[in-house]
Amino acid sequence: MSITYLDAIRAAQEKALRDDPSVFIYGQDVGKFGGAFKATKNLAEKYPGRVIDSPISEDAMVGLAVGAAMEGMKPVVEMQFADFSTVGLNQMLNHAATTYWRTGRPCPMVLRLPSGGTPGSGPFHSQSMETIYSHYPGLVVMTPATVEDAYSMLLEAIGMEDPVVFCEHKLLYYHLKAEALPSEAVPAFRAHVARPGRDVTCVAYSAMVHEALAAAEELAGEGHEIEVVDLRTVKPLDTDTILASVARTGRLLAVGESWPWGGASAEVVARVASEGFELLDAPPQRLNAKDTPIPYHPNLWAAHRPTAVRIAAALREVLRY
Amino acid sequence: MLRARFAEDKLASLYRAGRIVGGVYLGRGQEALSAAGGVALRKGDVFAPLIRDMAGRLAFGEPLIDVMRTYLGSRLGPMKGRDGNIHRGDLARGILPMISHLGAMVSATAGVLLAKRMKKEKGSVGLTCLGDGATSTGSFHEGLNVAAVEKLPLVVVVADNAYAYSTPKDRQFACADLLDRAKGYGIEGEGVDGTDPEACLDVLGRAVQKAREGSGPQLVVGRLLRLCGHGEHDDGLYVEKELKNSERGRDCLSVMEKMTQDRGMGKDWEKWKEAAHQEVEEAVKKASEEPVPDPFEEDWRATRTQGAAEAWVEE
Repeated sequence: MSITYLDAIRAAQEKALRDDPSVFIYGQDVGKFGGAFKATKNLAEKYPGRVIDSPISEDAMVGLAVGAAMEGMKPVVEMQFADFSTVGLNQMLNHAATTYWRTGRPCPMVLRLPSGGTPGSGPFHSQSMETIYSHYPGLVVMTPATVEDAYSMLLEAIGMEDPVVFCEHKLLYYHLKAEALPSEAVPAFRAHVARPGRDVTCVAYSAMVHEALAAAEELAGEGHEIEVVDLRTVKPLDTDTILASVARTGRLLAVGESWPWGGASAEVVARVASEGFELLDAPPQRLNAKDTPIPYHPNLWAAHRPTAVRIAAALREVLRY
Repeated sequence: MLRARFAEDKLASLYRAGRIVGGVYLGRGQEALSAAGGVALRKGDVFAPLIRDMAGRLAFGEPLIDVMRTYLGSRLGPMKGRDGNIHRGDLARGILPMISHLGAMVSATAGVLLAKRMKKEKGSVGLTCLGDGATSTGSFHEGLNVAAVEKLPLVVVVADNAYAYSTPKDRQFACADLLDRAKGYGIEGEGVDGTDPEACLDVLGRAVQKAREGSGPQLVVGRLLRLCGHGEHDDGLYVEKELKNSERGRDCLSVMEKMTQDRGMGKDWEKWKEAAHQEVEEAVKKASEEPVPDPFEEDWRATRTQGAAEAWVEE
C-alpha cells in the first residue's frame, strides 16, 4: 500500500476526530464534498456534525475558530488555498495569536493552508504564507516536507494548546508517497538532517527539501557532499540543529519558496551569522523565489521558484568561495 | 447604569490627572442600552462588549475592582498589564476580551456558541455590542452571516449613535435604517429608543429570550447619542447641535432618575447614587495600592506549548 502526503493529512484528521471529541473541521466545501483537494473525503459521513461547511468568509471562519477554541474545542480550519487566508489574517494575527498572551487561556486551533506553487496556479493560488505568520508572536508555523511529517506533525499541531499554522504543500499532495504511516515521530519543533554531508549545509523546508535533495544528488556526482537540513517547523526555528550542521560543513545556503524579503531563510542566515560566525568558511547565502507575483505559465513559474538546478548553482557558488 | 456612569466619571478625571496610561473611551449616554444587554443575560451566557459597554459589563457581573485594576495598571487585573482598559475580558466569566478591530467579535462570539452547541450545552446566549461604524466592516457582515447560517443564539446590539468617531452616518452607510439589514441576513431585528431604559430592557429581554428559545440571531439597533467625545482626548464638537438637543440626545440617566421620582423611588435613587460613589472610590483606592507589572518577572512568552517560544539571543 502506498500513502500520499494528502492521504496522510486526511488520515491525521480522521485520527484526531476519532480520538478527541473536541476536534472539529471547518472550511469551505469540506463536508460532503470532501474539500477542494479531498483532504476531508468521507469524514463528514463518519463524523456527522463535526465536519462543517463554512460560507466563503475567511475572516469569520478564523474568528469562529478562535471563539470555539476559547470555549475548549480544537477547531481545524481548512483554507481552500493558503492565499485566501489573507482575508482571515486579522483574526489569526490579532485574535488567535494574542489570546494566550492577553488572557492566559489557551487558543488551541489549527489553520491548514494548502500552500506553494504548482504549474499554472498563478498569483493567487500559489503563495507560501509562512513568512507573514511567523512574524507575529503567539503562533506556531509548521512546514512538513514528507508524508510521515504531514501525518505526525498535523496530529501534534491539533494536540497543541497554541494556534498552529500548518503549511501543507500542494505540489507534494499526490507525488509524494510512503509505505506506511509512522507510529512514532520526531517532535515537530526539531529540524531533521534529511541527507548528511560535510561540504555545505543546505537548509530548506516544505517542497524545497526535495529540490535541495535533488541538487545534493547532482553535486554528489561532482564530488561534493551536501548536508540537507529539513526545518520541518519554521517557528519556532531549531537553531541548534542548524548550527550543529554548519559546525560540520562551514558553509550555508538557506532556501525558501517564499519571496526574498525577510522570512525563514533570512532568519536562518541571520542566526548563523550572529551565533555561528566563527563556524563559517564562506559568507552564508540564501535563495528564494523572485520578487514578483507568482507567474501563471509553467515556463515562467519554473524560473520563478528555486529549483534543483538553481539550488545546485547556488551551492557551487558557496563551494567556490 | 449609576455604577457605570460614576465609574466612568472617575476614570475621566483620573485620565485628566494623568493617572491612566492609554485611552479612555466612555459610554456616557449609552448606559441604558448597554446595561439592558447585561441584565438580559444570565450566568453561563457569553458577553462580548465593545468600548462603550461599562454598564453592560457591570450588569453582567464584571467586578468593578477588575475595571479599576485594568485602567490603573494593577498586575492583579485580568489582563495583568498585558492589555489595557477597554480590552479587558475574563473568559472564565464569559466576557470575551475585545480586540480593537471592529466587527471581529461577532464571529468569535458565534464560535463560542457553536462550541457550546457541539458540547451539548443548551440554553446559552451570546451577546455582542458594536456601534454604527462597525457595521461597515467585512468582519461584521461575515460574522453575522455565518451566525445566521448556523442559526446560533446570538444577539448583536448596534448602538447607533449617529457618529463613528467624527464621521456622520451618512458617510458610513446609505441604507435608511440599519435595522433593514436584518432582513438581508434572514434574521429578526428590532429597533429601540436607546435613551429609554424601560424600552431597552423590554427589547433586549425579548431578543435574548428569542435567541435562547432557538429563533436564531437577533439584531437590535438602539438609537441614541454618545454624550461625550469618541475618547477623552476628543471634544466631540462635530456632533450637530440640533441632534444634541433632540430627543435622541437625552441622557438616559436623567430619564431613569425622573422615572424613579415619578414612581416615588427618589430616596432609593439617592441611596443608590451614594452606594455607587462609594463603591467606585473604594475600587480605585484598592487598585491604586496593588502591585504593578514587573518587566523582570514577566515571562515574555506568547505561546503556551513547551518549546514553542523562540530562544532569542538576549534571553
